[in-house]
Amino acid sequence: MAGIPSRHKSVVLLAGVIILQVVLLAVQIKRDSQGRLLRVWTVGAFSPFERAGAKGIGNIRGTWSHYFALQNTSRENEQLRRENDELKMKVNQLQSKAVEADRLSALLNFRQAQRNVPMLAARVIGTSADTASQTVYLDRGERDGIRRNMGVITPDGVVGKVIESYRDTAQVLLLTDKDSGVGAMLADSRIQSPVGGTGEPLLSMKYIPTDDTVNVGEHVVTSGMDRIFPRDLPVGVVTEIKTGRPFQHVRVRPAANLQRLEEVIVLLTLHPLEQKKETPAPAVPTAETPGKSVGGTAAVNP
Amino acid sequence: MMNDAFDLRLAETHIEVHKFRSGAIVAATVLSLMLQAFVPVYFPKFAVLDLPLLVTIYFGLSRRNPSTGLLLGMVIGLLQDSLSGPTVPLGLYGIAKTIIGYLASSIGARLDTEHPAARFALTMMFFVVHQGCIAVTRRLLLAEPEPWFTLRLAIAAAVNAVVAVVLFMLLDRLRKS
Repeated sequence: MAGIPSRHKSVVLLAGVIILQVVLLAVQIKRDSQGRLLRVWTVGAFSPFERAGAKGIGNIRGTWSHYFALQNTSRENEQLRRENDELKMKVNQLQSKAVEADRLSALLNFRQAQRNVPMLAARVIGTSADTASQTVYLDRGERDGIRRNMGVITPDGVVGKVIESYRDTAQVLLLTDKDSGVGAMLADSRIQSPVGGTGEPLLSMKYIPTDDTVNVGEHVVTSGMDRIFPRDLPVGVVTEIKTGRPFQHVRVRPAANLQRLEEVIVLLTLHPLEQKKETPAPAVPTAETPGKSVGGTAAVNP
Repeated sequence: MMNDAFDLRLAETHIEVHKFRSGAIVAATVLSLMLQAFVPVYFPKFAVLDLPLLVTIYFGLSRRNPSTGLLLGMVIGLLQDSLSGPTVPLGLYGIAKTIIGYLASSIGARLDTEHPAARFALTMMFFVVHQGCIAVTRRLLLAEPEPWFTLRLAIAAAVNAVVAVVLFMLLDRLRKS
């Protein structure tokens, strides 16, 4: 009160006394529905400031979190990106496992369809050290009954043959190798001709006479004449035809994905496979039902 | 402006500030409260009077000190509240009489309030203001229904004003000569 002019002291005192009594009123009064009046007044007096404060704080927080607190956002972004990568990896792994399961299922189906042929599933564990030869190594060898010249296939088609068998591993010459070949025939016309590798992804069907009709897209299957593979196993699909004398140049894309082999089936027999007459194609997912065989010879390189 | 202010100060210096015998204010206050509290029990019509208000007005007009007047009004009002029962919260009459005490002291410092007509008029005015303060407090602060002014209140204002003229003459006897 010392700094207040004397003529205003009474006004200040009046205000103070009235305020005190108003507070006194507030302490006593209790509204039925809203509790003590002091609380009602206090809430009523403070709520606008609280609302304004909350709005202001919300704006500040929003501004801070959206514009200034980017360090945490960046960190969270990195973490989420890592988690996303991990999830992608897991998804890929699961997809890979699903594909593997399908592949093994197809192998099982093929195995069941060829009950009379002893088979052994093997996993590809390595490839050739040089690019000139198309070979792979299996995780099975002599101890598992694998010998030289045994046929190797997948449910999709012919892979090649075993060229070397070791105690625990075996080396397989792929169909695409220059020295490889298999007795084959056109699935529709039943024209027989050996199919051999060229060192490239595509195979070559070498002895199709110029007068015979060959269509692009026609399927090529094993003829069984090489005594290694049973008849009507898929070999590939005709993709390119060039006229020539006396034979056409027919290019075949292998039915089996020789670039990405993971599991294969080794035909555990060296006895000549019996020729089935007028038998339908095996229950291989990609195999198509062939027509009648017209016979022929197979040229298989040793 | 300078001349007006000078004249006003001169005028204020001519207004006498009355002093009372020791204990007169306290005794008058207590007596008014007691009468206000107990007489209506036997004479219900007596309730139309507001003796504590009249005492506040009188001492405010006589002392002519706003601070003293508002404090006296506050004390009288709070005591009246305390004696009024649970329906009247502490502060209801306290606020009203604080304002009346302040106004009476302020007006008493500028006007001659010794004349009975002035006392009558001022008392009526203060009664209305007092009722207005109570109505405002009840309506706005307590959210209770309270008429701003009625015929009964007008009659009460007139009765209190008449009584005030007589009472103030009696209280004048308590002044120091």
